[in-house]
Amino acid sequence: MQSIPATRPRKPGMWAIRGPLSRRQYWVFAALGLLAPLALWWLVSSSASVDKVFMPGPLDVYHRLITWYVDDDLMSNIWISVYRVTAGFALSAIIALPLGLMIGTFRPVQAVLEPLTDFIRYMPAVAFIPLVMLWVGIEESSKIAIIFIGTFFQMVLMMAEDVRRVPLAQIEAAQTMGATRGESVRLVIFQSAKPALLDTLRVTMGWAWTYLVVAELVAANSGIGYSILKAQRFLQTDKIFVGILLIGLIGLVMDQLFRLAHRKAFPWLHLRS
Amino acid sequence: MPKISIQQVGKVFGEGSHRVEALKDISLDIADNEFVTFVGASGCGKSTLLRIIGGLEYHTSGEVLANGQPVAGPGADRAMVFQHYSLYPWLRVMENIKFSRRLKHGREDLTSAEVEAASGRADALLSLMGLNAAVDAYPNQLSGGMQQRVAIARALMGRPEILLMDEPFGALDAQTREVMHDLILHVHRLEKPTLAFVTHDVEEAIYLADRVVLMAPRPGRIDTIYQVPLPAEREQDMKHTPEFLRLKKEILARIRETSGMKTDQGMLDQLNMQETV
Repeated sequence: MQSIPATRPRKPGMWAIRGPLSRRQYWVFAALGLLAPLALWWLVSSSASVDKVFMPGPLDVYHRLITWYVDDDLMSNIWISVYRVTAGFALSAIIALPLGLMIGTFRPVQAVLEPLTDFIRYMPAVAFIPLVMLWVGIEESSKIAIIFIGTFFQMVLMMAEDVRRVPLAQIEAAQTMGATRGESVRLVIFQSAKPALLDTLRVTMGWAWTYLVVAELVAANSGIGYSILKAQRFLQTDKIFVGILLIGLIGLVMDQLFRLAHRKAFPWLHLRS
Repeated sequence: MPKISIQQVGKVFGEGSHRVEALKDISLDIADNEFVTFVGASGCGKSTLLRIIGGLEYHTSGEVLANGQPVAGPGADRAMVFQHYSLYPWLRVMENIKFSRRLKHGREDLTSAEVEAASGRADALLSLMGLNAAVDAYPNQLSGGMQQRVAIARALMGRPEILLMDEPFGALDAQTREVMHDLILHVHRLEKPTLAFVTHDVEEAIYLADRVVLMAPRPGRIDTIYQVPLPAEREQDMKHTPEFLRLKKEILARIRETSGMKTDQGMLDQLNMQETV
């Protein structure tokens, strides 16, 4: 008889399908994911065959960031852009929230508004610029209007979907406890959809930032998006890099703030079992 | 006067070529404090009938009376327990149980003594359901069985005279289900609600009920009503008595007969034959 070697089930490695990854391993990989492109960028930009005008190196970009900050009033550019994005986004959210709640709750409202919203959402926000300038003017409000147009219609539809996903049993349970229609909407549907709604806000916030540059095409003379466009005219590639990276960074910070708010506001979704 | 009176109730879904007769000419009286279970092949409309009593679904003919009043919509006099997803995940166990207290219906014209009594009732229900240790937990921290205990306590909070249960233990494992059976019988003795209970588990239907209503599909109708020949006080051992087993066999056979799945059974038999050959 041949003896069979004793085998013990082994702990699955990190490359097993949906395998485990420790916290330390996670950060090692995350750092790799962030540093590798940086290294590649540095390598490409420092090779002799690439002109600095086309590809400034990380150091050039860093120096530009400093001079922009010191000589060129970077902070006020950042603030005006943050203001525009936040204002356009907040306006969207304030109108989209009650509408989404109504569309997701009452079928007639859905029938009236959803096909219309679906239609408008496919219209390119950029193409509205001439109309916005005509109707709203070239003041601050026109930039806010562009960001609003870019985010609002998507936001309404996503929020309506969040509301529709509230389990029917939660609503019916309230009804069999004597809840009125208003109480069902206020105390069950809205409460139940809140976490999903906050996630929708987080996602659409990212889209608001992508419309910033478009919005600052409209007769702006300040803001990060405007600075990027101006830098293009003067072939200041390093400044374009700074602008793009800054927008990415601010977006990342806002995203993390939304995630933090989610953890704080909805503790039951973030319990360690 | 019966607590629930169902008179020639019919329910039709859709129109024209999509017309489906879900329920046809259902008549049934349920007495005060009676425990009635509904079983039947899938598509027999047992859940639809329960939801009609609860006012969550409307009937297209006939009449349903609860407490002598025609049912026109959901109401706190007819609390309902669902199979799952009915608890509020953002509320802790105690807040879930007290949810009806947030509703206008539960607050109207209450004296402070009544408010205090309500708080005492929530505590009593918590103990009755064995949830004392879980009072501050969120529903997603609880097992399926514990979640259903919360759902039952919440439904009982408003002292409903009628309790409707739609496969409440359908998602639980067999051991937990047995515990829940004795718990719900205890609740029935103590709180004395009239209980209408839908299940697909025949053993459960017999063990709990005074009467088992067997429904048949296409169109959904009442086929047979069985009086359960067991003493009022139930014990798990009764499940092995000859009367219990005979009734279980009889009901199971009748469900098979009414299910219209004979061809499938024939095919299965054929397969078994081939294997034994």
